[in-house]
Amino acid sequence: MSRIQATFKSLKNKKEKALIPFFTAGDPHPDKTVEIMNTLVSAGADMIELGIPFSDPMADGPVIQRASERALKNNVGITTTIKLAAEFRKNNKTTPIILMGYANPIEAIGIDNFVSLIKDADIDGVITVDYPPEESEQFVKKLKENGIDSIFLISPTTDNKRIELIINQATGFLYYVSLKGVTGSANIDINQVSKKVKNIKEFTELPVGVGFGVRDAKTAKEVAAISDAVVIGSRIVQEIEESNDGDLINNIRNLVVEMKNSISEEVISK
Amino acid sequence: MQPYDLPDDFGHFGQFGGTFVAETLIEALDELRDMYAKYKDDPDFLTEFHHDLKHFVGRPSPIYFAERLTKKIGGAKIYLKREDLNHTGAHKVNNTVGQALLAKRMGKPRVIAETGAGQHGVATATIAARLGLECVVYMGAEDIKRQSPNVYRMKLLGATVVPVESGSKTLKDALNEALRDWVTNVSNTFYIIGTVAGPHPYPMMVRDFNSVVGKECKIQMPELENKQPDVIVACVGGGSNAMGIFYPYIDDKNVQLVGVEAAGDGIETGKHAAPLTSNSAIGVLHGNRTYLMQNDEGQIIDTHSVSAGLDYPGVGPEHAWLKDSGRASYVAITDKEALESFHNLCLIEGIIPALETSHALAYAEKIAAKMSPEEIILVNLSGRGDKDINTVADISGISL
Repeated sequence: MSRIQATFKSLKNKKEKALIPFFTAGDPHPDKTVEIMNTLVSAGADMIELGIPFSDPMADGPVIQRASERALKNNVGITTTIKLAAEFRKNNKTTPIILMGYANPIEAIGIDNFVSLIKDADIDGVITVDYPPEESEQFVKKLKENGIDSIFLISPTTDNKRIELIINQATGFLYYVSLKGVTGSANIDINQVSKKVKNIKEFTELPVGVGFGVRDAKTAKEVAAISDAVVIGSRIVQEIEESNDGDLINNIRNLVVEMKNSISEEVISK
Repeated sequence: MQPYDLPDDFGHFGQFGGTFVAETLIEALDELRDMYAKYKDDPDFLTEFHHDLKHFVGRPSPIYFAERLTKKIGGAKIYLKREDLNHTGAHKVNNTVGQALLAKRMGKPRVIAETGAGQHGVATATIAARLGLECVVYMGAEDIKRQSPNVYRMKLLGATVVPVESGSKTLKDALNEALRDWVTNVSNTFYIIGTVAGPHPYPMMVRDFNSVVGKECKIQMPELENKQPDVIVACVGGGSNAMGIFYPYIDDKNVQLVGVEAAGDGIETGKHAAPLTSNSAIGVLHGNRTYLMQNDEGQIIDTHSVSAGLDYPGVGPEHAWLKDSGRASYVAITDKEALESFHNLCLIEGIIPALETSHALAYAEKIAAKMSPEEIILVNLSGRGDKDINTVADISGISL
């Protein structure tokens, strides 16, 4: 069983939902990346989604675009991202790490090389934003052969036929993009999200996480009630952008603790 | 021999092309692909398209024998396909008319576009005004500075021009931003891509709408010379004017096809926009797989060209295929060479060419000298240079 599957199973037994914070490797500085990851875990993160900086992040809103630009200025690209994740893994053997990025950096260092590097780093899953299932069969096959999960996005406009196509390749969990737009867009319509998550679950036993547009504890709580995992991205990256060096770690911790408590309340209230 | 029939159903030209987008865009692309498939051979749609090309754009554009230029070079006869005489001054309008008519049939009241030099933005704003569609154009903040007359033109035509401040603030970033807009407003918005790049079906659709250029040449050239040209030369940024003139000739193996990229300060300096000529690596950007200017870690690198319209780190996937298959060849021309040819054409033929086009002219002049007077070079004179006069004056140290 993969680390991601094991985490979902153990949360399910406790009737809890996963909190998955996202931030971009190397932002605000590569020296901070492992410390931020450890902070996220101690504040209640169940898994970590680590962004691979890319010069042309076409599915991301301005907040995550700027994070990529800062990381690239710090010379953090795909290989450094993997190295930083490996460093985190040295002292944390339980928290799943999911890389999120775009196809070009992966192809530039070579798919075989990428898979072998992330296997050595003991990374658990990959989300490649611009690899729809039709264009990524070989890549997904290689990840599977190496025990790494392929996490696919499902959007409000994905129809049932495509859901079936996607779940044929997806492992670990499914990532439901809760709104039409880029990361960090306006707030989500929880009723629509709820309907779509139910719709996805008719096809698969895989857990469904929800992201894009979860900006506060209240929304996190609502999303947790109707899904298996809450992904929080732009809101965390915004905190990184707006914090000075001295407050950075505390601010991230407070934000994640607040989200975690809110999600846990949901469990208690049940 | 099998006639040329690429791309395949999924938009692949061999290993190039395809649909590399986030799941959020898939439905929009499926809808576009289906609607384009429905209308591309529909007699009513084609009648409307060709009516607009004739009466609004002014087609067919003439082929002109550049007699004095030919004499000066002393070699092959140089002919110019006068896309600069189209309404809005470039080949770009052929495609925007086609896509805007499609938008209308799909019931989308809002169109968006990216633009580099501003020609595609102007062409989109123009047809949007004519059809009464709302129009938003994304343009890199750097390009806005370089192409201020075109920015004002778009505004006169009622378009909103949005400066793009992310990344390198040029065409590639404008394309990213337009894709972000589209994914957010997909239900009421049609994205009119201006070049033969982007995800399937764009490279095919943009090529098809622009192929009116090559189709006319196939009729016009024999009328003038009793034969087809020996060589066709066109500049290549994303590559829409080149695909437009090359495509109808792909199966005419006797006609040599040459694409001219921007060598900027020189390929050896690294400051250029010539992914094909510089043997760049293959990668994925803006929804397709193609040759891309990038570093070892797959970050797209800054490009350089005096011409904003060629300043793009990738190239249409069909050009990547034509290069690898050997059907077309690709070369590059520096800023300096392009500028010389720009002035040349102004003085000798009384035509102010676009700086993009000047790259194609410079290469045609180079090879014409080595060819015989019986041979014919056809240059796609893709656009006029009025938009470039500020840039050229700056370089010449003249303030207007």
